[in-house]
Amino acid sequence: MKELTHVAFIGNPNCGKTTLFNAYTGARLKVANWPGVTVEKKEGSFSYQGEKIRLVDLPGIYSLTSYTMEEKVSRSYLMGDEVNVVIDVADASSLERNLYLTLQLIELGKPVVLALNMMDIVEERGMAIDLHRLPEMLGVPCIPVSARQKRGLEILMHAVLHHKDKELDALEHDHPYESHHHHDHHKDIVMVYSDEIEDKIDLISERITEAYGELPNLRWYAIKYLEQDQEILENYPLDLSGVVDRSYETDIINEKYDFIEEIIQECLVGKSEKAQFTDKIDQWLTNRIWGVPIFLGIMALVFFLTFTVGDWLKGYMEQGIEGVSAVIMNGLAALGTGPVVQSLVVDGILAGVGGILTFLPNIFILFLALAFLEDSGYMARVAYVMDGIMGMIGLSGRAFIPMLLGFGCTVPAVMASRALEDPRDRLKTILVTPFMSCSARLPIYVLFSQMFFGRYAMLVAYSMYVLGIVVAIIIALIMNQFTKKKEINSLLIELPEYKTPNLHSIAIYTWEKVEDYLRKAGTTIFVASIVIWVLLNFGVSGMVTDMSQSFGAMIGRLLVPVMGPAGLGYWQIVVALISGLAAKEVVVSSMSVLFGISNAATHSGMGQMAAALAGVGFTAGNAYALMTFCLLYTPCMAAVATIKRETGSWKWTVFGAFFQLAVAWVVAVLVYQAGRLIL
Amino acid sequence: MLLREGKMREGYLVEDIQLEDSIKRRLQILGLTRGTRVEILNRKKSGTIIMKVRGTRFAAGRQVAEGILVREEQKGVQA
Repeated sequence: MKELTHVAFIGNPNCGKTTLFNAYTGARLKVANWPGVTVEKKEGSFSYQGEKIRLVDLPGIYSLTSYTMEEKVSRSYLMGDEVNVVIDVADASSLERNLYLTLQLIELGKPVVLALNMMDIVEERGMAIDLHRLPEMLGVPCIPVSARQKRGLEILMHAVLHHKDKELDALEHDHPYESHHHHDHHKDIVMVYSDEIEDKIDLISERITEAYGELPNLRWYAIKYLEQDQEILENYPLDLSGVVDRSYETDIINEKYDFIEEIIQECLVGKSEKAQFTDKIDQWLTNRIWGVPIFLGIMALVFFLTFTVGDWLKGYMEQGIEGVSAVIMNGLAALGTGPVVQSLVVDGILAGVGGILTFLPNIFILFLALAFLEDSGYMARVAYVMDGIMGMIGLSGRAFIPMLLGFGCTVPAVMASRALEDPRDRLKTILVTPFMSCSARLPIYVLFSQMFFGRYAMLVAYSMYVLGIVVAIIIALIMNQFTKKKEINSLLIELPEYKTPNLHSIAIYTWEKVEDYLRKAGTTIFVASIVIWVLLNFGVSGMVTDMSQSFGAMIGRLLVPVMGPAGLGYWQIVVALISGLAAKEVVVSSMSVLFGISNAATHSGMGQMAAALAGVGFTAGNAYALMTFCLLYTPCMAAVATIKRETGSWKWTVFGAFFQLAVAWVVAVLVYQAGRLIL
Repeated sequence: MLLREGKMREGYLVEDIQLEDSIKRRLQILGLTRGTRVEILNRKKSGTIIMKVRGTRFAAGRQVAEGILVREEQKGVQA
């Protein structure tokens, strides 16, 4: 059997690396985390010319130092024995910056193949890259590709298989200056530094060999000592007195860019500044005056689509689910199963899981829209547009991206806060992000706003999103009073060129989210539905026919006095809210189970539930307070677990959970009591 | 002069970066090395700017823009 070839994909953010990766693997990929950290690891495999190839997608990074988690993960993976070939994906339309990582990769010593992505854009701009000269200067194959148009994919893989286990190709540099250094490296080393540094590299190499014997790629280690790389200094302590008296990192970066300028001079033909398209769009989207209104407009459109198109699709979904439910019920009856099993399946599982599946279209549209914004290049602009406003509440504009993602799901949003450098900034962002209304809360708004607010339903649901933002702002302002530090606005983010979103990428991104939602419906919600069914159908005396005698009711009643002032003093509501800690959508399915309604999302189902609620004195005011509470209270267990992982602190995690619970209670009480005064 | 004081759509050359090490390093890695040409594309009242460096656009907060020391690019003279 032939050996498996391990290929690592690496590149700058926004270089189209993921699009290229997806072009090879399609949706057949495995997403996991790198061991010990919350950096996503994507893997896929496929066959090319009879060879099995395993692809690993590394996170998008600008350099291979050891400052961020992404960089550390990538570097240690690339240094391991597993990788046979590294595909360095570069955005050819912004080659100058992308080549920095390329030089670092070549220095690392693994076989590298440079994939020049976005060649179509290069051509569009009337530019050309000298594909004969570039490999001569870099010593590695340079393959033009277009991930979006799926061009050059076969040739790239061909080069990968051909190049694995291979040393550098022949190098040809023209270096005009005189050198006193005793080696002429230009025949065997791509990145040759100034004499001062080259002399030091030789000295350090000697000392490394004395201390640690022959390390593979000695030169790379020597350079790392010059850069005073923390990871290397810790793992390989070495006395370098008299050789390294300071960090040469700046010099090394400067010299790399000097060499890159040389490459660009020789290899980039027709260097025109024809990126006008992006500038034109940016005139509007990042406009001083129009930037913010346009952003708010876009967000409003996203929610409008989520509701209208989502609801239209939801109609078909309901029919499908009803059909399946009917088949299952008939099947159970035909099998002659007992009433306990029938109740478990119908009132427990079908009501719970089915209720959640109905909202899949809304979730689908929301993520589709977010994927579109991300892929088009707009998402990064949001950081710039919102920077001033975020500055006022003491957060960097960059913190807006996690908060924006929070509208999709709190889990990736909290993970995205990692992009913030300052730990306090991160903590603040993590604490307020759960107030951004995630898509799991949407079903609650859809259900209750439609039941109690009729034609104002959409407005009421939209108001929840606004309320979430307002509460987040107030909390951030209050937290500022406590921290009182000098605010350093260290926003620094790349604004990629605008491009037509790639349908394949969007489809894969959306599918990943939908799949996640489905998996949750099949696992967490499935289990939660059963647990709730048990709690509600069993009491001290065994199985009960009257739910008010159940364990669930007993727990609920305990908390009724506390929730009374918020208009939520009903044991059913309390039980539903507790169950919502498993996942927010569960509130809806619990309500369905509690009131014995099998199709809560349909008109008749809503009518039944509204009638049942009205029967216990639950009206529009209570409904609004309930939505408010659901918006603000402790996020689901998955989100809490992520907060624990990201903050690394139980103290902050537990504080956050109780803090959000308290905020929810206070605001719900205010809303309910204010509502009673007005209505 | 500070990059923050620069005019829109004009080219400037980086002289020095006076910021804490981590931000300075990030800027250098992104290609903002000594002598690099920077152009300001957009600016907000808060002082946040969009700059173009080596063909790539970056948004940079006020404090970042204040820490980048530049000189005016001499027009018509080859560096």
